[in-house]
Amino acid sequence: MADIDLSCVGKTFAGTPALQDITTRFEDGEFIALLGPSGCGKTTLLRLLAGFEAPSSGQIRIGTREMANAETGANLPPEERNIGFVFQSYALWPHMSVRRNVSYPLEIRRFSKAEVTRHTDAALASTGLEAYADRMPSDLSGGQRQRVALARCLVSDPCAVLLDEPLANLDVALRATMQGVFTDFHKRTGATMVYVTHDQAEAMAMADRIAVMDQGRIQQFDTPQTLYERPKNRFVAEFVGRGTVVPVQEIKQDGSAQRARILGAEVDVQSAQQAARVSHVCLRPENLTISESGDLRSKVARVTYMGGKYLLETVTDCGASLFAETRARFEVGAQLGVTITTPWAFSEE
Amino acid sequence: MNAIQQSGGSRSEARLLSAILVIAICLTLAPVLRLFVEGVTDQGSPSLTLMREVLAQPSTLNALKHSLVTAGFGTLVSLVLGAAFAFLVALTDLRAKAALVFCLMIPMMIPPQITALSWTQIMGPSSVLLKTLGIAPPLGAPQPLYSPQGIIFLLGIQHMSIIFLTLRAGLRSIPQDVVEAARISGAKGLRTWWQVVMPLTLPSLAAGTAITFVTALGNFGIPAMLGIPAGYATLPTLVYQKLAGMGTTVLAEVSVLAMLIGAVAVAGILLQRLCQSRQKLHLVGSTSRPLALPLGAARLPVEIFLWTVVFAILVLPMFGLLATSLVPAYGVSLRLDTVTLASWYEVLFRQPVTSRAFANSFGLAVGASVVLVILCLPLAWLMERRKTRLARLFDSLLDLPYALPGVVLSIAMILLLIKLPFTEATLYGTIWIIFLAYLARFFAVMFRPVQASLKQFDPAMDEAAQSVGASLYRRLRDVIFPLSAPAAAAGAILVFLTAFNELTVSALLWSSGTETLGVVIFNLDDSGETGMASALAMTIVFVVVALMALIQLFSRRFPKGVVPWQT
Repeated sequence: MADIDLSCVGKTFAGTPALQDITTRFEDGEFIALLGPSGCGKTTLLRLLAGFEAPSSGQIRIGTREMANAETGANLPPEERNIGFVFQSYALWPHMSVRRNVSYPLEIRRFSKAEVTRHTDAALASTGLEAYADRMPSDLSGGQRQRVALARCLVSDPCAVLLDEPLANLDVALRATMQGVFTDFHKRTGATMVYVTHDQAEAMAMADRIAVMDQGRIQQFDTPQTLYERPKNRFVAEFVGRGTVVPVQEIKQDGSAQRARILGAEVDVQSAQQAARVSHVCLRPENLTISESGDLRSKVARVTYMGGKYLLETVTDCGASLFAETRARFEVGAQLGVTITTPWAFSEE
Repeated sequence: MNAIQQSGGSRSEARLLSAILVIAICLTLAPVLRLFVEGVTDQGSPSLTLMREVLAQPSTLNALKHSLVTAGFGTLVSLVLGAAFAFLVALTDLRAKAALVFCLMIPMMIPPQITALSWTQIMGPSSVLLKTLGIAPPLGAPQPLYSPQGIIFLLGIQHMSIIFLTLRAGLRSIPQDVVEAARISGAKGLRTWWQVVMPLTLPSLAAGTAITFVTALGNFGIPAMLGIPAGYATLPTLVYQKLAGMGTTVLAEVSVLAMLIGAVAVAGILLQRLCQSRQKLHLVGSTSRPLALPLGAARLPVEIFLWTVVFAILVLPMFGLLATSLVPAYGVSLRLDTVTLASWYEVLFRQPVTSRAFANSFGLAVGASVVLVILCLPLAWLMERRKTRLARLFDSLLDLPYALPGVVLSIAMILLLIKLPFTEATLYGTIWIIFLAYLARFFAVMFRPVQASLKQFDPAMDEAAQSVGASLYRRLRDVIFPLSAPAAAAGAILVFLTAFNELTVSALLWSSGTETLGVVIFNLDDSGETGMASALAMTIVFVVVALMALIQLFSRRFPKGVVPWQT
């Protein structure tokens, strides 16, 4: 097991930058999620870690070994990195049985026959695949195939496990089960895991820390809770959770508290910034209360039943659309009063 | 995120790629280049004198005219036959399509000298079959096939499969919704065909026509067997006659002739490429279900007609061949008391030259298949992984030795190997020159199916092995080879099949002791041993059909695009 260190890593494809200036550190034993819309560079980053691509600039270090260095041109080939990789397509070798798929990494490392059997049995047992050992991959279901892929990458005791959207091809029910499998696996092995996904619920549910990526850069790298409650910029605020970003019209420092004018209403805000630099706030459903006396007038534009509660999309008099949650049902077109309570404020350059 | 699959991996891949690429380029493109140099130089300095001289000879111009006439009209015959079959098989609800397709592929796989031999056995005054039926023309009447018309007719039959295949592939890529939309708009039967299907298939029809013309132009077996007795020389037979008559002293002269054929062929190939690139435009929609327009009451008559044609061009000549091989002497009619297996026994077990030829052809065919598998599999894989500029250039040129007429490649090989650089040694006259020529000629036959299967291969399979620590060699051995083995096997059988029967290349390169089966049949017929030639030809036809059936049997296990008649 090892930590992963990236410094100033960049990657361009035919002149187009896919990754820019990534400097970050994944701690030993952490479960990291790389989250972002498609084309944001998350898969490229993963493939750089695995060695399938060489960085155009910067250095990558895993544990004590330097894996790639664009300045010296050094790039350790994937087969020498001792890394586990779980593919979206599973990439099981169709001509090998489940057992052979799992034992193949050990064969390459020239383990003795007895050792191979012992480790393979252990890996199959820990993924619940003992009964399927002699089947061919084509006879397995999607979830079972994913388990084989997982067993195959953990059998050789890799220093990090990289997962490329491993649940994208599974149905919703199976996805929840497999999330459990991954978290259990992480707890038991303590392996450093880097998990690429575009599904924020998946990232929130499993990761210790999430790197939100956009346009080839890491926009924010924090715990799921911090990402949700204290987004650094507009992209993170809008991409993570349901939120509306509105500009701050006027702000003043009041001792330790900050007081801002938002959509015409005076509210307390929280921020990590000096009051003078704050420019926007993020309004999540938690920040909005619906009441007759609310100082913000708005009209219900759409009502969605969420099971036990309703999500209201409302439009204020000045045209901003806000999301609020209620237990009571409202009709489309109804006039409401909304109160804003301590939203998160940030500066947007 | 699809464009990210190129630059990964290790330096060993780059090294192996360059190593195999260099070998492959030396093998396939060096001879062609050498030929070009020969044509435009005179004793080492650039000169076009020789070229001008040879091109001005009346025999050259006559042969060129004959070549263009036979190849041109032959292509026309192929076009009519092949297109009719392709439209009917691909668009309508005929029954037993698979059997029909298989039968239509057989003419392409049967070597041309056997086609020519078999047809001469069912026509003319001494045909055993006609005598037996009592309808032979009187003795002294001419053999009608020993004429330009005969050559044209047989070239047409020999190459109709090419038109059939390309057109059928083009028809299959037409989305069914396009035809359904035409019908729902009210277009009926032939109108749909003429206004919707035809315009969409024109590019593939043109591409097929161009490549058929090039193949007919390079055909040696048919004009040699039919044209030489009639004194009607085409360019390939002119080259053969000059070289056979005067040996390597006329090498410079025949290289000019070879370049002339090559130039006409390259024009055809370029035309075909142009047509094929235009074919890929604009066709969107599902092609999953093949079209099956109902023929209604016409179905049975159409089926009977098609199978009659198949019988006439496939089975009838084989009966002629069989009949000739079963009589004691050519010209005797076949009756119960004259049936004898003497020719079979003689040619298969007594003649030392045939057993030698069997050994030679078998060895050459197996050797070429094995070497080509070893070369093409890693090369196709690495070229798929690392699309370097050199690799892409090679990809666009590697069909040349196969597409160019065999005569051109043979002359090129002689030029390249008659005096090995830096030594006094020569490969001319040895079996090795034929072997190297086969490797060059059949490179594409092996490479394309393997490439087609590897294109459908998930790169993650290889990356998964890489991430668990497998070296390039281990990955090739444990993952890539087993997964592309079916395609490689199909390619190897195809190479074997074509090499086993090959005549054009070996006709110019053989010498005593290195005869191939193709050469032996040609020589037996030439020296009047028609009975033995027929027996040997029948044997080869059995081998060909058996091997084709073997591929057909396993065709469901091959990835799409591997079996050439199942595109």
